[in-house]
Amino acid sequence: MDLQDTPEDAEFRARLRDWLDKALPTLPPKPPPDDWPARRAYDLGWQRTLYDAGYAGLHWPLDAGGRGAAPTRHLIFLEETERAGAPYVGANFVGLLHAGPTIAAEGTAAQRARWLPPILRGEEVWCQGFSEPDAGSDLASLRTRAWRDGDDYVVSGSKIWTSHAEVADWCELLVRTDADAPKHRGITWLAMPMDAPGITVRPLRTLAGSAEFAEVFLDEVRVPAAHRVGDENDGWRVTMVTLSFERGTAFVGEVVACRRVLGELAREARSNGRWDDPALRRRLGRLNAEFRALWRLTQWNVSEAEASAGGGGGGVPGVGGSVFKLRYSHARQELYDTAADVLGDQALDLDRPWVLDRLSSLSYTIAAGTSQIQRNIVAERILGLPKGR
Amino acid sequence: MRFQLTDDQRALKQGVRELLARRFDREALRAAVRRPGLDRGLWRELGAAGFFALRLPEAQGGVGLGLPEAVLAFEEAGRALLPGPLTATFLAAGRVPGAAEGETVVAAVDRGAGAGGGGGGLVEWLAEADVVCGDASGAVPLRSLDPLTPLHRVPVRVATGAAGGAGTGDRGAGAGAGAGAGAGAGAGAGVGLGSGGGFGSGSEPVSEPEPVAVLLTAAEQLGTAGRVGELAVQHARTRVQFGQPVGGFQAVKHLCAEALVRVETARAAVYAAAVTADPADIAAARLLADEAAVGGSRDCLQVYGGMGFTWEADVHLFLKRAWVRTRRASGGTESEELLAADLLSGAGR
Ligand SMILES: Cc1cc2nc3c(=O)[nH]c(=O)nc-3n(C[C@H](O)[C@H](O)[C@H](O)COP(=O)(O)OP(=O)(O)OC[C@H]3O[C@@H](n4cnc5c(N)ncnc54)[C@H](O)[C@@H]3O)c2cc1C
Repeated sequence: MDLQDTPEDAEFRARLRDWLDKALPTLPPKPPPDDWPARRAYDLGWQRTLYDAGYAGLHWPLDAGGRGAAPTRHLIFLEETERAGAPYVGANFVGLLHAGPTIAAEGTAAQRARWLPPILRGEEVWCQGFSEPDAGSDLASLRTRAWRDGDDYVVSGSKIWTSHAEVADWCELLVRTDADAPKHRGITWLAMPMDAPGITVRPLRTLAGSAEFAEVFLDEVRVPAAHRVGDENDGWRVTMVTLSFERGTAFVGEVVACRRVLGELAREARSNGRWDDPALRRRLGRLNAEFRALWRLTQWNVSEAEASAGGGGGGVPGVGGSVFKLRYSHARQELYDTAADVLGDQALDLDRPWVLDRLSSLSYTIAAGTSQIQRNIVAERILGLPKGR
Repeated sequence: MRFQLTDDQRALKQGVRELLARRFDREALRAAVRRPGLDRGLWRELGAAGFFALRLPEAQGGVGLGLPEAVLAFEEAGRALLPGPLTATFLAAGRVPGAAEGETVVAAVDRGAGAGGGGGGLVEWLAEADVVCGDASGAVPLRSLDPLTPLHRVPVRVATGAAGGAGTGDRGAGAGAGAGAGAGAGAGAGVGLGSGGGFGSGSEPVSEPEPVAVLLTAAEQLGTAGRVGELAVQHARTRVQFGQPVGGFQAVKHLCAEALVRVETARAAVYAAAVTADPADIAAARLLADEAAVGGSRDCLQVYGGMGFTWEADVHLFLKRAWVRTRRASGGTESEELLAADLLSGAGR
């Protein structure tokens, strides 16, 4: 067991640190949080900068346009970029963290060549069209239909809670291609261009006031059959790959960010006098323990995955991601609830830092599979408890 | 970074597990509950296997391994619910003759979590100890909650000017505590253990507990947490109600899932602290391991239903030991305060 950088990793870390020191001051000012077109431009611009410097897709396989580095090196990247205050993936979330990795793992050579470089270069934004009004936790009961017409699939139905749909170029879309098959069997995974005729995006306001997700209505939208990832009716298996990325690795960078916030909170409490309350102090101390442990858990999971995959990029994370996601989403909510205690009355002022974060933290136990669903997964797939009611 | 067990570490963990399975299986555990007392034979066997001498340099007759290996061994001890003053004897190895070999049983005064500055504290296994670290004079036995951990309470002393710090009492004094079983018995202040000793320099009534002791306690808690999680899952798979194993019911499933999440989070924290030996990492490990052990044992008891509330099932033994360990130095509040201060020091990253 060790937690040391190898000499090569240490050198990588030092170079990255230097580069960040020079690159970050060149960034344009941050756009307002609910101006999604401006945020898209900002996030893509940063991605392009990373790409040009050779830091995009570090742990993606070489033949997917990545650098083929070990996942532990990606952790160093996350640590250093966060420490330096670099922008987070933002609008590139779906592309970089799950559509891209899914295509890298399951796509054909042509599909990898078509979709992965633009994700890494910061040219195209993806969204995720999985959930439907009547198919959330029970995702496999989705009803959006697709039927074959020549070289195309024709798609009709609707999706909901689709993050960043307004500014997306592509959608990882789940459709039902066989209505008579058992519900998990008749699903297909498609890449749908968001400018195709028949698509209507209606923004949905979140409780935080911004329109960061949307309803998407699909009226006989034509998607080329060549855009199918995996076989027809084999989309559930491909979906499990996507979800394992979403739960397994997508939140990793945020843990580092939470540790920074915690330090800021302690300093705020010290300056406004709340620090003298031992109960609050201990709560902050416990959160320090929590986020330290979550970062260690990340290092452990990544290191184990790396060892079992024999190094190199592209491995699909296991269900252990559910363990992490469960603990993390609750810790994050506790963090911002504690922030509200530090802030006192100011916790009701939307212009104060952390107040919007507290609101958005409410989504963490819901999005990407609710905590209840994660517990089912842990119990049935890790502990082997029987399925039942 | 290779944050996984090496093959040697796996082998060591497995070796300790097998030794304990052979020498301290369920029957031995239940026998120990019926006939309390330290199994000196087992203690010597542990000594012979290098358990106490794990971190002693080879030149001093030790095994020459590090903190990570010690943590793995203590995790197994916690898993098996091995009784005895393991931490105190381990820390005395190399300083108290015979401790490393398991010939000398060493107990220590532990000021306990949140005991304040007035001294006092608890001693585990005082009557069985050959040597006591710290001033146990006036120690009074109490009816221990944990049938496998006899406890004495050391009274809080008003400062008299006489230093009552770290020291070793000889067997005579220790025996007095056992035989007296009443007020006034106990070990007198003895010879200081020197730097790095269990409990300070001798100039203060109480000093900071050694971080290694805090971490080894966390390791034991981790082992207990893992074991009770397994017991809960086994029971949930086999106990049938309403025509199906109770583990098919979501309420039960979720208890088991949460237990696993706590164990895995604690494991990452404990192993990392063993690697870094950083005081804040150790405090974090301790908090999470305490939570995993107590929470896991409680949930396990719940999954066992009425059987869990009986003396027959082992679950209560795990919970009671977990509770005893949470009272050891630098549990709860102290660790939380240390970690809070760490946030302001800026070293928290
Ligand atoms: C901020 C945000 C962003 C999102 N982004 C996207 C996106 O980009 N793309 C996309 O496709 N989806 C997205 N989602 C949707 C998200 O995946 C679903 O909301 C989630 O899976 C839950 O489904 P649901 O909302 O239908 O809740 P329901 O399934 O209706 O659940 C309601 C309640 O019942 C509980 N429940 C349901 N089934 C069970 C069960 N078997 N056992 C125990 N409890 C159960 C749930 O835990 C929950 O508490 C997003 C959601 C949020 C909040």
